[in-house]
Amino acid sequence: MNDFGDALAAAATLVVSGNPELIEIVSLSLKVSFSAVLIASVIGLPLGAALVLFRFPGRLSIVVMLNALMGLPPVVVGLIVYLLLSRAGPLGILGLLFTPYAMIIAQTILVTPIIAALTRQLVEDLWTEYEEQLRSLGAGPFRALPTLLWDGRFSLVTAVLAGFGRASAEVGAVMIVGGNIDHVTRVMTTAIALEVSKGDLALALGLGMILLALSASINAAAFLLRDITRYNKRSRTISPRVTKWKT
Amino acid sequence: MTSGFFRSCLIMTIIASTIPLSSFNSVTASDRFITVASTTSTRNSGLYNHILPIFTKKTGIKVRVVAVGTGQAIKLAQNGDADALFVHHKPSEESFVRAGFGLKRLDVMYNDFILVGPNLDPAKIEGSNRIWTALKNIADANQPFVSRGDDSGTHKKELSLWKISGNNPQKSSGDWYRETGSGMGATLNTASAMSAYALTDRSTWLKFANKGTLKVLVEGDIQLFNPYGIIVVNPALHPHVKWKDAEAFADWLISKSGQMAIAKYKIKGQQAFFPNAQGLKK
Repeated sequence: MNDFGDALAAAATLVVSGNPELIEIVSLSLKVSFSAVLIASVIGLPLGAALVLFRFPGRLSIVVMLNALMGLPPVVVGLIVYLLLSRAGPLGILGLLFTPYAMIIAQTILVTPIIAALTRQLVEDLWTEYEEQLRSLGAGPFRALPTLLWDGRFSLVTAVLAGFGRASAEVGAVMIVGGNIDHVTRVMTTAIALEVSKGDLALALGLGMILLALSASINAAAFLLRDITRYNKRSRTISPRVTKWKT
Repeated sequence: MTSGFFRSCLIMTIIASTIPLSSFNSVTASDRFITVASTTSTRNSGLYNHILPIFTKKTGIKVRVVAVGTGQAIKLAQNGDADALFVHHKPSEESFVRAGFGLKRLDVMYNDFILVGPNLDPAKIEGSNRIWTALKNIADANQPFVSRGDDSGTHKKELSLWKISGNNPQKSSGDWYRETGSGMGATLNTASAMSAYALTDRSTWLKFANKGTLKVLVEGDIQLFNPYGIIVVNPALHPHVKWKDAEAFADWLISKSGQMAIAKYKIKGQQAFFPNAQGLKK
């Protein structure tokens, strides 16, 4: 297949020439997905931890639900957000359809269950380790929650990155609610879908390679950051925050 | 002690709320734009990249094109999610206006549908000047035919042509008749990979880069006429519709300047669309 050769060449030409349209599309992709992941983290991290620390009836069903929602099909999310934001829908008055905000909303809905479910699992493992200690210090769930999230922050990076991977890779939801409008809501994945529909498979694959490279560098940066911070903390005790309560 | 955590939470929330507001300058209120629900065939042909800058330069109105199948485009316009509808299935467009969703339908341009298929042409239809006999031959020979299957303008047209040919291919769906349920480009990709027959509009075909062994086999039948019309969405139903700007767009499309811009657009040296507005505005 020399399509792969053509694709590499297409990707290289786009990157080397600093194609302004490519830069616009890439930066919109990053803005949308970063915003969605930030909002999803602000909701998902405390939610995941709360599901470990607070005991209430129906907790298990919520956990099962959350795990199931990790497999939410993007097209379905796109359709639901479309129906909500459509002028004929309940939130139509906001006029958000076919804007980047609509795309952020859709991706946030997709990503929040992933971050929350992975956080719940990670925090549960931490909790079995710290429960006795934290309880003996008289820390209730409200105080234990931030402590556990802080102590698990290095592992939780993976949860956030999983969310980012989902957000930046999906096409079904942003296609419906964004509309793939040139210069307004066109992102990497919808641009790839467009090139496929024009039959320009090499350019489509080239864009795919650029997306993959971007995703790889973001992951690498996150891990590098994690390792540097971890190295700086290595001399300290495993959990300085827990020991502080002793006073 | 935990204040550090809450501080970082707070910072994250602030960042999350400010990033979008400050950086999507394209959605600020000062921007004057209309949203047009249109079809993938016009978008993929590259027509909009050619004519829209001319209109925007003249009026200051930007045009945001949402390109989907005609069925979905009509639905978007019905819901008031677009200011104008620019598609190519006259019967649906007329019933859209009759139902009160749009003000009136204006002829803008036309091109034609073509039947493409593999070089070897196992159903022996090349050069046939009647589309219905060609389709009948494909059905009789049980040769693979790829259909849009997505309720788009092209799909509706294809179904009406099958009806004229006296066949109901949907009985053979999954056998020699394959419905992709996707856009024109995706359907042509499938036909190219399967060496199958397919009906396409000419502009998508001219621009399509992955032809493989496919070539044009049947063209020129009067039945293959493909007219495009523009409709401004009725502001009485959807008060937020920017009908004045949408009407300016419709008026420009049927004006001399708009019609010339359409006529001048060529793909690989071939004219892609032919203007046919009634009572040309000077």
